[in-house]
Amino acid sequence: MEKSFDALVDEEQFDFEYEPHEEKMLLNFGPSHPATHGTLRLVMELDGEIITKVTPELGYLHHGFEKLGEHRTYNQVVTITDRMNYVSPLNNNFSYILAVEKLFGIEVTERAKYFRILLAELSRISDHLVCIGTQGVDLGAFTPFLYLWKERENIYQMFEVISGTRLTVSYARIGGVPRDRDNIPPLFFEKLNKFLATFEDTLDEVERLLTRNKIWLNRTKDVGVISKEDVFQYGLTGPVARASGVEWDIRQAEPYSLYDTIDFEIPVGEVGDVYDRYLVRMEEMRQSTHIVKQALEKMPEGEMNVDPDTKVMLPKKEDVYNSIEGLIHQFEIIMTNRGPRTGKGEAYVPTESPNGELSYYVISNGGNGPYRFRVRPPSFYNYQILPKILEGRLLSDTVAVLSSLNIIAGELDR
Amino acid sequence: MAEEKNVVVDKVKSAFPDQILDVNEDLGETTISVKRDKIVDILRFLKEDSDLKFEMFIDLCGVDYLEMGAFERFAVVYQLYSMVYNQRIRIKAFIPEGDEKIDSVVSLWAGANWAEREVFDMFGITFNNHPDMRRILCPDNFEGHPLKKDFPLEGIGYRENFLKVTRENAQ
Repeated sequence: MEKSFDALVDEEQFDFEYEPHEEKMLLNFGPSHPATHGTLRLVMELDGEIITKVTPELGYLHHGFEKLGEHRTYNQVVTITDRMNYVSPLNNNFSYILAVEKLFGIEVTERAKYFRILLAELSRISDHLVCIGTQGVDLGAFTPFLYLWKERENIYQMFEVISGTRLTVSYARIGGVPRDRDNIPPLFFEKLNKFLATFEDTLDEVERLLTRNKIWLNRTKDVGVISKEDVFQYGLTGPVARASGVEWDIRQAEPYSLYDTIDFEIPVGEVGDVYDRYLVRMEEMRQSTHIVKQALEKMPEGEMNVDPDTKVMLPKKEDVYNSIEGLIHQFEIIMTNRGPRTGKGEAYVPTESPNGELSYYVISNGGNGPYRFRVRPPSFYNYQILPKILEGRLLSDTVAVLSSLNIIAGELDR
Repeated sequence: MAEEKNVVVDKVKSAFPDQILDVNEDLGETTISVKRDKIVDILRFLKEDSDLKFEMFIDLCGVDYLEMGAFERFAVVYQLYSMVYNQRIRIKAFIPEGDEKIDSVVSLWAGANWAEREVFDMFGITFNNHPDMRRILCPDNFEGHPLKKDFPLEGIGYRENFLKVTRENAQ
């Protein structure tokens, strides 16, 4: 596996002469470094400033989520999915619940489907905001971070209105969404409309700060190039794959919820470098804004959740207080060792999360929780390409590449 | 859509008639259960055959069927996607207890490397011809394989037995 220095380093990328040294330096990047965005650790072998070998060490944030999920009921597992990708928890919630609903054979209402799309896209925007904002900070551009963080705060306030929490929203249940089911608070729409009115201006502002910025271009152009072949070899998905010229978005290829009724474009890059990934993410945020607008327009009035008689959702509160059937129903759902059950089977629903294909593979044994609960984490596969694209580059590129892949440690280590 | 999926099943069946254990098409998802012996050949066939083209490696995970019952105790599940034909397939290779070994597919997809290490870490299934068969998520000195069904949820007293550093045994 050991490559010679000449084979590794393409000298044309540097504007200086480089002589290989006899002695290599070992550098620990992380596990607790501000640019690692979580507890990632890279063991790097350096020749001067050139990286000759990278070994990622994983597991610093390993919680055993998959084991824990096998010991919880279907609805309880939703709270675990929040903690996987804490930057866009709603996408995780919905991805998981889609797999469980497929297993149960439940079709949620049209209103719930559009509401899920709306929230998932807001979540996608907030994920990309974090990604580009912190990437800017890592590369020395602090100003865009402030603009982007302000918008992220607006999104989090909307989440707070509907779910009561900002980060770990757990806003999904089998058959619909929890709480306030039929009336979404008007404050949510108020905040949403205010956000939609100004968000694209913020994006324009950030584009003016970054897209033609000379320092930004020097740090990101032709850095961390991923070829089309590697996308298939390494199972890369999401913006990373699209930046490399693979026009593939699960929302259009295998539509779930009601994405097939929504009109949007897939941004595709050409080179596959850090700059292309930045551009793809910027354009995806604009497209997501359009999707949110369309979902808002198409969302019909009426019931949000499936009929409580299907026995997967909690009954209406007045039934619980006024009838014995309602009370029994309530306890059947929430008591330990109870909860909705389904027959033997397995389901896998691919969904497009902000980082790529996120899917939950749920196997049921007939119990009240998953028998096997496997998450296909996009970060885990996207991270694997890192040694290949870093070796032979300068140390300072590490930060640019790492933040452009947007590795979320919670999802990586689970 | 359903017809296309049958093409996949038929092709795999005719190419490897003695390797197929079961075919399941519940919920619109095709699962082919196979023996572990020729797993690399089967996956290479799926990847390279011009009518199938399952060239995108999506996921690889392990399953412990101890409490559920299946052909064997363990299974390694491969999820593949064909971008050309826009379809998915799931291959399950069953592995008996006591001889937890299967061939590695890193030669087909470099992305399988860490996933196979994770299965080794969590289930103790060793992958032959793997370039770097180490634990990935648990520490190197960890004992046991956490996702096995007979591994207790609360652990095996790992935290209780941490070495206490005192003045006497400090190095």
